Amino acid sequence: MDLLFNIFVSPFIEMVTMPDFLLQVLWEGFVSGTLYALIALGFVLIFKASGVFNFAQGIMVVFAALTLVGFHAAGLPAYVSLVLALAVMGFLAWGVERVVLRHLVNQPDLILFMATIGLSYFLIGFGELIFGGEPKSMITEQLGLPTGSTTIEIFDGIVILQHLDIAAAAIAAILVAGLALFFSKTRIGRALRAVADDHQAALSVGISLNQIWAIVWFAAGIVALATGIMWGARSDVSFALQIVALKALPVLILGGFTSVPGAIIGGLIIGFGEKLFEVYWGGLLGGGVEGWFAYVIALIFLLFRPQGLFGEKIIERV
Amino acid sequence: MFKKLILGTAAVAMLSGAQMMSASAEDMHYVPSLSYRTGPFAGGGIPVANGFSDYMNMLNARDGGIGGVKIVVEECETGYNSQKGVECYESTKGKGALVYNPMSTGITLQLVPKAPVDEIPVLSMGYGLSATAIGEKFPWGFNYPTTYWNQLSSILKYIDSKGGIKGKKIGFIYLDVGYGKEPIPLLDKLATSMGFTTAKFPVGVKEMQSQSSHWLNVRKERPDWMIMWGWGAMNSTAIKEAAKIKYPLDHFIGNWWSGADADLRPVGEVGKGYVAANFSGIGTDFPALQDVLKHVVDAGKSQVKDKSLVGDVLYNRGLFNAVIVAEAIAAAQKATGKKAITGADMRVGLETFDLSAARLKELGLEGFAAPVKASCSDHEGAGSVFLQQWNGSAWEKISDAIAPMNDVVRPLLEEAADKYTADKPDWKTQSC
Repeated sequence: MDLLFNIFVSPFIEMVTMPDFLLQVLWEGFVSGTLYALIALGFVLIFKASGVFNFAQGIMVVFAALTLVGFHAAGLPAYVSLVLALAVMGFLAWGVERVVLRHLVNQPDLILFMATIGLSYFLIGFGELIFGGEPKSMITEQLGLPTGSTTIEIFDGIVILQHLDIAAAAIAAILVAGLALFFSKTRIGRALRAVADDHQAALSVGISLNQIWAIVWFAAGIVALATGIMWGARSDVSFALQIVALKALPVLILGGFTSVPGAIIGGLIIGFGEKLFEVYWGGLLGGGVEGWFAYVIALIFLLFRPQGLFGEKIIERV
Repeated sequence: MFKKLILGTAAVAMLSGAQMMSASAEDMHYVPSLSYRTGPFAGGGIPVANGFSDYMNMLNARDGGIGGVKIVVEECETGYNSQKGVECYESTKGKGALVYNPMSTGITLQLVPKAPVDEIPVLSMGYGLSATAIGEKFPWGFNYPTTYWNQLSSILKYIDSKGGIKGKKIGFIYLDVGYGKEPIPLLDKLATSMGFTTAKFPVGVKEMQSQSSHWLNVRKERPDWMIMWGWGAMNSTAIKEAAKIKYPLDHFIGNWWSGADADLRPVGEVGKGYVAANFSGIGTDFPALQDVLKHVVDAGKSQVKDKSLVGDVLYNRGLFNAVIVAEAIAAAQKATGKKAITGADMRVGLETFDLSAARLKELGLEGFAAPVKASCSDHEGAGSVFLQQWNGSAWEKISDAIAPMNDVVRPLLEEAADKYTADKPDWKTQSC
């Protein structure tokens, strides 16, 4: 009886009696959701263009963040470091296309996936060689990112909003919207969608597969840099940062691998869902449940929409 | 050019091999170092490995080794991965390894059953299986200078000294792996006997950098004090999240693996007031550290990236680990009368060394750590810890040595040791 009470009654009483705390939980869910969407976006971009799950996305986040703080540590101003880090990600995109992808056109998806695993390990080793394994601090104030917090007194309690979280949510939203517009309204975006549908058909109408791949990997590199800045500021910049990429998996399952809006909505559903469950129901299971609960949410959605929330329905005709 | 590079690399490889072979042929103290300079936990692994090897290299350069025999430290990269750690163990044990320092609780748990079979002791300094403190049950396992359980009891004593612990709520946030869960049985037992309640917050490895839910729960539970058993990126994230919810940081105490410079540098001013346990000195203001700087770092023989990193908390932890190994080697030489010793001799050394205050002074480490006296039955030394506080840019020592609650912890360790060996009929024990 107590168990049923703790599942179906007690959490809702808590929500009603401590509305300020509920607001705080929802805010944290929103911030996490936008940050998850940002990570998922990196995967979606590359999957859309090549049908490949980019195993290297996590280490790209680390590599981009380390490059940024590395340039700054070398004495360069923050904005110059940012531009140079973007240039490095552009060079990486060009290199991946020239050295890896170009030779694998029309190979099975599994081969391309394996290639991204190889790329991931190369970047880990190369990154450790250049930057070392010590954790570094992300530059925030130097980049104009706000610090500090605002405390709002509401419902006889408080809600604390970190300025960095507000900035992170805003930047993630702008980046997601910008990329969505870029890929839906521009010529390159249309070419990308053509490549995603059928490599050979796209080639036959004169679309340069190599160019599209380089652009998409560069866009994924920009997303990786933004992700690295935001997550690095919340923790530190180290190779442990690649683990955050795992947070994108349930978002991708939920939102679909090919949908930018899916990444956004999926990220928010996972963000809100896992925070609410962890805070109000997690204690019943000993806590630490958000890691797997995100997958439960995703799997529940999959039961009803196997292609994901916004994924394209695959119809195979006999 | 490419051909030259290949030939050059091959030549260097052959020369290194020849050097190793010649070293194997003569007497040496071979000490494998299961280090992790790569992977998600490299931030902690690098300084520990540097401190360990630098001290041994200093002994080689300054004293010609130990008892006239050079020390060879061979690093094997584990990436803090238990499976790789076991591979490192298997690939090095046949080279005359004297002792293993696994630098990971996960690897230690794998090596504890192997130690009596291969007759090579395992020293997990301040980590690993707390029950190995019971020498009668674990003749080949050591965890000087103190165990996680004793450390927890010292932290609780500190809390008790700050206005009493009875009736208080203690939050325990931990990395949800073997290491983090290790002290929970003791925490639960002491909660009953000391009259406090607990709230536990497990943090999965995937959530190390995403702890907002955990700290929302902390805000909900409102513990009077928080204790952390964290590692790697979990530490800096937790401290930032604690500051975010305005938790009083002087009531947030990390264990000795949650209080490194590497953890707090990325946090900076935000982490001001945070407290952590420690059992080895801070800084380079010790003659032995000065010798390390002179003979190793300045001579370009160290892997440390920046001279200013010498003396960091984890660097000194690795160095203290090397001090205990070196003292045990010297004790083994004295006990056996041999210059070159074996793993079995080393076990004797680990049960007979005496790192007294006078000996610490003689080593150039006066006040660096609490004295440790080895014995057959007590494989941890029941050493004390002190507490340090982050002032926004560096650590400051804020307490004297806090002795553990041996009277409470020892019976619990004995119980845990009995439990471990109960289902192992062939387990080797000893009488002390």
